Order: sequence, then C-alpha cells, then structure tokens
Amino acid sequence: MAGLATVFGSGAMTNSIPEIENNDLLFVIGSNTKENHPIVALRMIKAVRKGAKLIVADPRKVPMVRFAHLWLQHRPGTDVALLNSMMHVIVKEDLIDREFIVMRTEGFNEEFINNLEEYTPEVGEKITGVPKEKIIQAARMYAMAKHPGIYYTMGITQHSHGSDNVFCIANLALMTGNLGKESAGVNPLRGQNNVQGSTDMGCIPNLYPGYQKVDIQPVREKFERLWGVSLSDRPGLTAPEMIAEAEAGRLKAMYIMGENPVLSDPDIGHTVKALKCLDFLVVQDIFLTETAELADVVLPSACFAEKDGTFTNTERRVQRIRKAINPPGEAREDSWIIMELSKRLGYDMKYTNIEEIFQEIGMAWPAMAGITYSRLEKGGLQWPCPTTDHPGTKYLFKGGFPRGRGRFTVVKYRPSAEEPDKEYPFVLTTGRILFKYHTDTMTGRVDPINKVAGEPFVEINPEDALILGIEEGSKVKVSSRRGEITLKAKISKRPGKGVVFIPFHFKEAAANMLTSSQHLDPLCKIPELKVSAVRIEKV
Amino acid sequence: MITLLIDGKQVEVKEGTTILEAARQAEIYIPTLCDDPRLEPYGACRLCLVQVKGMPRLVTACTTPVAEGMEVQTSNEQIERIRKTIVELLLSDHPNDCMVCEKAGDCTLQELAYFYNLRENRFLGERRQYAQRDNNPFIERDMEKCVLCGKCVRVCEEVQAVAAIDIAYRGFNAKVTPPFEKDLNCEFCGQCISVCPTGALIGKLSIGRGRQKDIQKVDTICPYCGCGCNITLHVSRNEIIRVSSSPDNINEGWLCVKGRFGFKFVNSPDRLKKPLIKKNGKFEEVSWDEALDYVASKFREIKDRYGPDAIGGLSSARCTNEENYLFQKFIRATIGTNNVDHCARY
Amino acid sequence: MQKEVVIKICMGTGGIAAGGKEVMQAFIEELKQQGIDATVEKHCSVHQVGCRGFCARDVLVDVIMNGEKTTYQFIKPDMVPRIVEEHIVGGVVVDEWAVKEDYHAFHEKQVKVVLADCGEIDPESIDSYIERGGYEALKRVLSEMSPEEVIKVIKDSGLRGRGGAGFPTGLKWEFARQKNSDTKYIICNADEGDPGAFMDRSIIEGNPHSVIEGMVIGAYAIGAKTGYVYIRAEYPLAVERLKIALAQAKEKKFLGENILGKDFSFEIKIKLGAGAFVCGEETALIASIEGRRGMPRAKPPFPVEKGLWGKPTVINNVETLANVPYIIRNGASWFAQYGTEKSKGTKVFALTGKVKNTGLIEVPMGISLREIIYDIGGGIEGDRRLKAVQTGGPSGGCIPESMIDISVDYESLQKVGSIVGSGGMVVMDETDCMVNIARYFLEFTQTESCGKCVPCRIGTKRLLEILTRITDGRGRPGDIDLLLILSEDIKAGSLCGLGQTAPNPVLSTIKYFRDEYEAHIHDKRCPAGVCKNLLTYTILEEFCKGCTMCARVCPAGAIVGEKKKPHRIVQEICIKCGACFETCKFKAIRKG
Repeated sequence: MAGLATVFGSGAMTNSIPEIENNDLLFVIGSNTKENHPIVALRMIKAVRKGAKLIVADPRKVPMVRFAHLWLQHRPGTDVALLNSMMHVIVKEDLIDREFIVMRTEGFNEEFINNLEEYTPEVGEKITGVPKEKIIQAARMYAMAKHPGIYYTMGITQHSHGSDNVFCIANLALMTGNLGKESAGVNPLRGQNNVQGSTDMGCIPNLYPGYQKVDIQPVREKFERLWGVSLSDRPGLTAPEMIAEAEAGRLKAMYIMGENPVLSDPDIGHTVKALKCLDFLVVQDIFLTETAELADVVLPSACFAEKDGTFTNTERRVQRIRKAINPPGEAREDSWIIMELSKRLGYDMKYTNIEEIFQEIGMAWPAMAGITYSRLEKGGLQWPCPTTDHPGTKYLFKGGFPRGRGRFTVVKYRPSAEEPDKEYPFVLTTGRILFKYHTDTMTGRVDPINKVAGEPFVEINPEDALILGIEEGSKVKVSSRRGEITLKAKISKRPGKGVVFIPFHFKEAAANMLTSSQHLDPLCKIPELKVSAVRIEKV
Repeated sequence: MITLLIDGKQVEVKEGTTILEAARQAEIYIPTLCDDPRLEPYGACRLCLVQVKGMPRLVTACTTPVAEGMEVQTSNEQIERIRKTIVELLLSDHPNDCMVCEKAGDCTLQELAYFYNLRENRFLGERRQYAQRDNNPFIERDMEKCVLCGKCVRVCEEVQAVAAIDIAYRGFNAKVTPPFEKDLNCEFCGQCISVCPTGALIGKLSIGRGRQKDIQKVDTICPYCGCGCNITLHVSRNEIIRVSSSPDNINEGWLCVKGRFGFKFVNSPDRLKKPLIKKNGKFEEVSWDEALDYVASKFREIKDRYGPDAIGGLSSARCTNEENYLFQKFIRATIGTNNVDHCARY
Repeated sequence: MQKEVVIKICMGTGGIAAGGKEVMQAFIEELKQQGIDATVEKHCSVHQVGCRGFCARDVLVDVIMNGEKTTYQFIKPDMVPRIVEEHIVGGVVVDEWAVKEDYHAFHEKQVKVVLADCGEIDPESIDSYIERGGYEALKRVLSEMSPEEVIKVIKDSGLRGRGGAGFPTGLKWEFARQKNSDTKYIICNADEGDPGAFMDRSIIEGNPHSVIEGMVIGAYAIGAKTGYVYIRAEYPLAVERLKIALAQAKEKKFLGENILGKDFSFEIKIKLGAGAFVCGEETALIASIEGRRGMPRAKPPFPVEKGLWGKPTVINNVETLANVPYIIRNGASWFAQYGTEKSKGTKVFALTGKVKNTGLIEVPMGISLREIIYDIGGGIEGDRRLKAVQTGGPSGGCIPESMIDISVDYESLQKVGSIVGSGGMVVMDETDCMVNIARYFLEFTQTESCGKCVPCRIGTKRLLEILTRITDGRGRPGDIDLLLILSEDIKAGSLCGLGQTAPNPVLSTIKYFRDEYEAHIHDKRCPAGVCKNLLTYTILEEFCKGCTMCARVCPAGAIVGEKKKPHRIVQEICIKCGACFETCKFKAIRKG
C-alpha cells in the first residue's frame, strides 16, 4: 500500500475485477488466488479460457498453477531478484515502452539501468532457483502482451523487503507502459472485506481519511474545522509500534475494535506479553476472541448482517451493506458504542443515522463526495467519484498519476531477515486455506466448514519428509527462535524442497507462535510473515 | 446490430445473440430449464423450441444465434403441445413431493407444472429411485429430482474449473454424479446449488428452516475476503438460513464456500450478548451504562495522567467505512492522538 | 506339369468365427504333407482375404487353378484333405461342396464398387491393393488436380453420405474448403452401431487402404493436416488391419510428411470408441474424441464450421470414403451411371432376417426391394410369406410387403417412413410380430440414448413401457394414440438424430400394421404368435393321435391324456415354451 502510494501517489488496485477477463496476460505473483480470492480467480480462469496467457510465480504449487502456461517456482523471499531479472531481459531485448517512459514517468535513468545490469537471468536463476529460460520467457510474455495485469497479495508484501517487492512490480509495469489503461495495471488483491475502506477512512497513524497527511497544516486545519476540535500534529504509532510501546510501558491503554492481533500478528508470545503490560484494554467484538480474553472490558458488537453501512472492496468499489437481522442479546452496532463513549468523554457526535456519517466522509474526502446511499441502491461505485453525476472510476491513472509522474525506484535484492541455517533449516511460509478465514473466529463456528477443513497441518515436500522419516499424518514439532507448535504433517508436492507451509487459522497450532515481530519492512512496518526459519522434528 | 422479428415484434440485438437472449431483451417469455446466460448454450431441456421461418424443424432458442431478418414464432399449437409433453415427461419421473420440498415456491419445474396445469399424467411409469444420499456436509443431492439440465455440471467445469461431477450412465438411467458414485469432495462453492432449477441440489444448512413465502431477502456484501461479492441473505425468524447471489453483479452471482455457507457464525450461541467487565480476573456481565461509564472514566484517567498519546486504538478491516471513520475520529478528536491503525492495512 | 494354384480363404470376422484360421492352417499342412510344396511351391499360395459378403456360407474358399476359380462353401478343416487330393492333386472339382447356382444368383444382381476388391486382395498387404490399382487415385490427385478440381469430381459424381443422412459429400468438402482456418480436421466415422449392421467393419477388414486413400484425398481437398478414424473398440480385427495399413501407407509415403514428395502432409490417428451408439452422431463423436462424455450438441454450428476443438471438421462415413478412390480413378460419370437421379452409385447393405441368403450386399441405388429379397436374398426362409422389410436400423422404419416394388434410394425410402440409413436391412415374415419389433428397437434406442435431452431420455422410455405393456397383454385403449402423439413430440422435440428418428419403428409399424396393435390391445392376441403372454397352445383333438410325444417334452408337466387318445393342455400350468408345438409331428397343436 505504502509502496504503491510512494511511486504512484495512491495505492489501490488500478483496475476492476470485471476487467480481468479482458487481460491477454495475467502475471500472478505471491497470490494463492483460487483459495484466497476465489471469485477473482474465476475471472482469471475465464480470461485464460478466452485465450489469455497466465504466469504464476509462487514458491508453492498453488491451485492457479493448474491453469498457468508458465510457473516460476522461486524461493520464498527472492521476488526482487526474479522481477529485476525479468526487467533486465526486457531492457536488454528493448521491449520497453519509450513513449510512456518519457511522457509519464521519472527515474528511468542510468542508475536504474545500471542496477538492473547485475540481474542477468543467470544471476536470477542462482538466487531464485527458477531456470533462466523461464525467466526470459516470462519477461517476453509480459512485455509483449497488450493488456497484461499483475496481481499480488501478501506473498509480495509480508516481507522485510515488502515495499521493495512492490516497487519492483511498479517498475515492471511502468517500463512497459502497462498502467493507466483498461485491463492492464498493478493490482494488489485485498484480503479482507473492508481493508480498502478502513485504510481509506484514515485508520492509519499518519493519514486522515482520504490519504491526507496529519502533519500538513492546511489539511489538519480542514479537519479541525470539520470536527470542531483541535488535533494533534504528530503522526501516531503503527500497530507493531503500539505493541512495542505497550511492552515498554509507554502506551497505557488500548481500544481494539474487531481485531484479534493475538492470533493474526506475528510472535504470539510477544503480543500477549505486551497486551498484558497495558493498564487498560478495551476490546469490542462479536466473539470472546483470544485478544478479548486479555481485556478489562469487552463490548459486544453487531456483525455485518445486523447493521447498515458501506464496505469498500479490493477494486475501490463502495457498496452498501444492509441490516437483515437484530443483534443477539444486548449487542450493539459499533457506531452506537463509539458515539456513546465519545459522548461520555465530552465530545458529542451528533448523527441521527448512519447515512449522515457517510455524508461527512464525503465532506472530508472529495474522492467520495459524489457517492450517496441512494446512488448505491443501484450497485456499488468505484472511487474516485467526486460529484453526484460522476460514474465512478473503473481504472486508475488514465490521465496521469496523482503524484504527477510515476516513479522508478532502484531496488537491490536483500535476502530475507531470517534465512534458514543449520539450526533452523526450513523456510516457513504462512497463509490461508480455501475453507478457513483469517483467525477462524467466523469460519470456526460453521460446523460443515470445520468438517471439511480438518485439522491444522504443516505442508512438507515428499523429499524432505523422506529424509526426516515423516509420513502423511505424522505428528511433528515445528519450532523457531520464537516458539514451537505440534501438528500433523501433510506430505505434498505443493511446497518446493526446503519450504514448509502452515495455515495460520488454527489457534490450537498457531503459526504465529513461530513468526517474528522483529523483522519489519522499514517503510510500511509490515512484519515478515512469509519467511521464517524453522526446524521440523518428528514427535 | 441485427434486426429480427419475434412474434411480430421488431427486436434489435447484437450479433451473436441467441434467439432466447433476444427474446429476453424484448421481454418475450420463452420457458427453459437448462439455460443460464453465464454458461455455454446446452439445448437439453427442449422447452425453448421455437419456429423460425424457413427452417425445416423447430429449433432451440437457447442455441440458435439470431440472423438478420429472421422471423421467430415463440409459440404455436405444436410448440405448446411439445412443451407440455416435456414437462409431463419430467413429472412422470419426479417424486412430486412439493409439500415437503425445500425448493417449493422457487422451483422452475413446479412453476411449469402450474402453468401447463398438469394435474394428470399420461406417461406415468418407472421412476428413478436412489437410496443412497451424499454424505458431504454442504450439499444435499437428491438425484430423483434431477432433470438433467446439466447446469451443475457445466458451472462446475466452465466457471469453477473443478469438474467434480459429470453425467454417468445412459438413457433413462443417466445421472449426475461425482466419479464412481463417491461422495462429493470438491471446493464446495455451491455454484451448482445456485443454478439448479429444481430441488435436486439444496444447501443442507437451510433444510427445514423456512418456507419461501416466509423468507425475507436482504441484499448486502460478503463479510469475508476483499472481493466484495454481492450476497443476498435469506432470513427467517431472525436467522440467516441461506445465502444467494444475484447474477447481475460484479461477482456474476458466483460465491465461494465461505460466502455461501459461512454464515452460521452470525447466529452462533458463542456471540457476545452483554458487556463484560473483568473483576478479580473473571468476566462479569454488566449493563451498557456501567460498562461505558467505566471505559470512559478509565480513558479520561489515563489521558489526564499520561497524556492522549498513551492511548492507542486498533480499528478493523471487518467493520464498515462509517464505523472506521467514527473510530479514527474518536481516537483523534475525542482522545486527541493519532495512535490509530489497523492490522491489515499493508 | 506346373500348376498355378491360388487358394483364397475368407478371413473377415465372419470367416474367422466360422473357423477360417483353422481351415487355412489345414490347407497349409495338407499341402505340405502331400509334398505339393516341393513341386508347386512358388505357384501355390494360400491367402487370407477379406469379407466377400456371403457370410452365411462361411468358410468360403476359392481354389484358383490356372486361372480357373472354384468356390467352396461351408468348409471345415476335415474337408481340406479331400479338396487337396481330388481337386488340387487330382484336378477334379469336389462338386458336392462347391457353390451352386444360388451362390451366383446372390452375386449376379450386385454391383461392386467399394466391395470390388474385398475378398480379392489380402487386406494386410498394401502391394495387393496397389496391384489392383490402389493409390492410383491419390497419385493423380496430388500430381494433376487442385483441391477444387477434386471437389468438383466428387460433386459431379453425386456421391452422398453413406452414414445415413445422405448429405452430398462434395458439398460438405466444399464448405470445409471455404472455411478460413489454419487447422482443419477430417474424421472417418467408423462407429458403426446399428444392430446387425457390419458394412463398415467389412470394408475396413477387407480393404482398409481404400478408406485411407479416400481420407488422404479428402484431406487434400479440404486442407486438413490431421485426420481421425473413430472406430469402435469392439472391432479388434478392423482396428488391427487398419493399424497395419496405416503403417504400410506411411512407409510408402502415401501418408505422413510430404506425401509422395509433394508439399502436402497428412497424418491419421485412430481413436477407439467405447461402444456408445450415440457416438455415431457427429457432434457426440467429436465430444468423445475431445475426451468428453459422448453427448451431442445442438447444430448449428455444424462441425464444418465448428467441429473438433472448435475447428472446421469434415466427418465422413467409412463407405463414403471408400468410394472416393474409385470415383477419382474411374471418373464422376462412371460412378453416376449407377443409381437414380438423386441417389447415385451403389450402396452396401447388411441383409439379414428371414431371407435365405443373408450377408453383405452391394447394389446400385434404385434397385427394388423385391429384387434384393427374392433375387439376391433367394426369397423367404421356409417359403413363408414376406411381411415387411426394416431398413435403416433403429432410426428406420418397416416397409410392408405391399410396397416391396419401391426403389431403394434416399428419397423413396423416406417417403414411405423409413430411411436408407447406414445400410441395415432386416427381412421379416409372418412369424414376426410387428409390435414386438417396434419394442425391440425402442429397447435399443432407450439404452443407447445419451440421456441429455428430455424427449429422448424419458420419452423413449415411456414409448418402450407402453409397447412392453401392449406385448405383455396389458395394453389399454388409447395406447395407440398415446404412442402416436408421444412419437411425434419426440421426433420434433429431440436434440439429435437418435431421438429424432427413434420413434420411426413405432410410427411405421402403426401406420402399416395397426391391426396387429389392435389385436394385442383389444383382443389380447398376438397374430404372429410371438408375444408369450398372449399365446395359448391348444391341442386339436381331430389331429391328435395320442402319441404322447408332447407330454414327454413338456417341461412343466402341463399336458395330460391317455395313450392313443387325444391329449389336453392344462392352461394354468402351461409356461408357453412351445416345446410341444415343435415336437408334434401331426400339426395337432395350435399356437395363437
């Protein structure tokens, strides 16, 4: 997110889901789309059936590989090398879009080109493990396509060099001119129903709603006028920083609404310890989550089916959600709870209905000013949508980038923070499975889903299993420098040799006992959930 | 564009449109069981037979593309007679247990039987009977009610690219089944349920939980991943009993296992129903006033003692835009700090 | 004295089943034993040949000495020594085993085009085919003719599809030629499935190269680089001979890259069918080749527009393709001299049923049914009365005796409610029940329906159920009308040719033999004495001599009576097996 915002000036999917089927090439990297974004995957498959070519780059043989014309099985954490190597080929074979580079971008200079010089396909092969022929083929396929779309998710971002990965993707699209047009662009797929919305709404320590910076005075003044109070000019703490500050005793109280960081954040031991250091913890949720159990006060809230409002999906589409049933017992809408608390703290937010809040968002952020509930009755609208007669924006950057010119970034390959070694010889990568969702608070309460999703497991390559004497279903202990868990082994050719995969849904064998909260991306502070060094032992 | 005449009405449609689609655009009704505009034309149920001037035989409207100047007649004595025979044949091999069928009131076959007023049946004979039921946890497969329209088979292959089922056996014994009559073991997206025109495929979660006439339908958005699929909640007695999706939205009516079947958590007995305050290490149920007063007093106390930056808030990617907006406004305007973040923002 | 001796032994599936291999072995051994190989080795050879049609008389053996041919019929291995001794060594034909006049009559009215070389050449030897002019047509096509010229010849010849529908072959090729596509296919449909039909099998077994040559010419004409022969796996001998032939043709450069050194390449793949009748329908056949369930789809688009893997595809039947080399070799007008105005050339039929001479026949289009039945077929077995002729297999209809002077061609047969079809021809006499015949065919089509469309899947099932209850004696008033109306709806409503023609046996039997239906329904009587439930066996007292034979053979013990006094059948015990009827020497038992 922060990565794309840096180089384009705004970070979101540049295209829409329906445009996918008109891609003539899809480059899916670090995304297990068929399991994590099943409906986006259907559009991708539709495109392939209509004749598009599909390249999948993933250390695991994810289900999309079945539809791929080319599969690049790179080692976890080597995306920069892979992408730089592809760009090396594109520059060498002169497959760049000169006009686009001249007219619309900056930074395509000697330093940038010299940096790519190092990443020959041979070097790429050495670092990533992908045969150089495949790297060359992928580069040509992407560069020669007319409407190529790049799709990525956490496999790109959850690294200590996550921003670098994103920069490389942006570089690749910029040098081939594949931005600002229909069915061609850079598309991060969002993992949760309203990640896009909660980011848009300014639940970010340095940004007000609509990506407006808190440390710019005129911006702050605008919000002070809108809200009628004076506001802090210091950017706040990010989530990992809050945890760290809590542990250090400087952050005293936390208010957590609808999140379960104990299970979703890396290094559970560390998170629990930090939260216990707080003087006061309020958790507002629909279930008594692992996080809520640590709270001083738990406030019961209404779920999506019990309230009105809007979600913004991965393609910037603002859509209405509607109340279908009443919340159980005395559970209340989050908005009611926040307003009641605020009133008690002396700041009365006077809204008579949800739509009034939505209207205020439009006042705070022009990109949503044109969206009204009545317009949403006919279906969602994609921001930017500045006026009530604006149709919404299908794809971004048609006329140019919000920051003016798209920026090339020089990126060097850095190995992941924790490389496998003698003591911890395997690379652990985590993720989701089709049947489960996130920390399983919701899916875990659907019996048939539990029935088919089964137990926690660690996916391990047959060759590794043979060496370790592990069979299908064997109990194994997986340990890292942070902790250990015990779970069943699933022998599968999905991960390559030396790589294991554990889904992070299961609290009884929580993958985040093993991951590290220390290895953060310097720019956006995302933890390196996709690469940890672990040891496997048969129990 | 191509201009043609359907029942004397001039219709203008795009090249490549089928007669059936053209008729739909002109709001002329042609019955069908096996057509779905999102799937490849199939032509199996034969209900959409129409007469095209100059063609020696009746043709299926779902498979025949329009042509310039084409003259189509969607109904005449012969066509109606054949349609009636087809529905009657289908009913002659159907359990006809509409009184207890989950699909009653939303069943295309039932509707056709009604409009053709088929009280008697000239063709009663052997009926397919299958003792065994599928043990999968999501999808009730009652193949005695199957009309072999092939939609489930097609959606599974064409759209979902799974091909978990196909038609096996021949003639009267033809049957949709997973390989070797095993239990269904697939992605359980339930796309097959959504296209089934009869009660052959039903979501197990909704069985016995509400009749069609009592069901209230509410359009909303799926609460799981970021695709933003449009869903319709089917509500009966303050309980979500089923999730469907309309074909004319960004997800084209398709859902995944979580979106279609993952709604039970809403009515879970585990839901929090009262505010809780931890007293002596144990949670106690309290009133809203007590809880809110307590939280407000603690926040005020900490803010007064350590300043607003000693307080932080984590918002949620699961909550609405309005709630997220209010939350950051609360942290910024009410508490007075920018310590607001959410875990999934990367 | 040097004698030139050639012995040809029929080794089609029929010949082999009758013991052809054993007969061949016996000849080889006997000749060796007689020491004949020492003196006449080079000149005495034993050949296997393909089907010559008269399978009912297998094993057929030709002994050709100094150009003079003698054909023996019903030969078994133990008869071989005498033939060798008397005929080959002694020079005297074994008259009692040699074929008689009726054998020649069987052949006399036939005109052999595609079967001309069957039974003459060794199907496993390409040289044997080439000796008789094989691949001459291909050579001429590739060296002298443009694809358009080839198409013109085929069009001018008037050749129409021999698979059943009778679509003009040249026109089909022309459509395919005109399609602009980098890839096109030609498929030979050898999924012969009509009960009792074996025309295509015999052609491939007897002369596989003629089919291959036809296919290569077709491929050249339309611009295909790949061809498929879709052949049922139940034809192992045909598959084997086809494989051998393909390998030989490739070796001789009649197939493969740069055929005969020209800028034209073509390969043929064999695809085995799993025995589903519906896969003879072209779109189902395509689905099957593509690896999907063999189910037809709606046309248009026709395969010639969107066929195999979405590419323009021509599908021709075996017999159609086998005609092609002969047409090219002899010219369009030579071919067109046979037949009627709209149906040119010859047609192969599998003549079976109650006719004296059964087997494979090739006749000019336009010949009358009467000539086929009485001149070629030798009349009805046991000189009973002809009742009807069923043509076109399960898709065809029954033509009553009163119409047997009708000309056998596409148009005439269709006019009377039947079709030429792929060439099945079943002759029925007065002992055949027409309701039962209709029931038999419906049983076949119902089992073979793919189940895709409702009228065929459930409709034919209901037709079968109604027919079954009629033959079981449970027919209801109104059943005939119900059959008629359901048949019409199935015909008009079904998706593919299978369903659209499935009711033909019902409709044509009702049309010409309605009284038989009525007798079953109203009088609970089967006039032909076939339907078991409707039969009663009674002993006619005036004829019964009291010989007790009937009582002795009755397995149910249903016949009582004293010696030398008329017997009686106890109806309650009788199981209607008919044993008494067949045993009685005095015709004292009445069936009906």
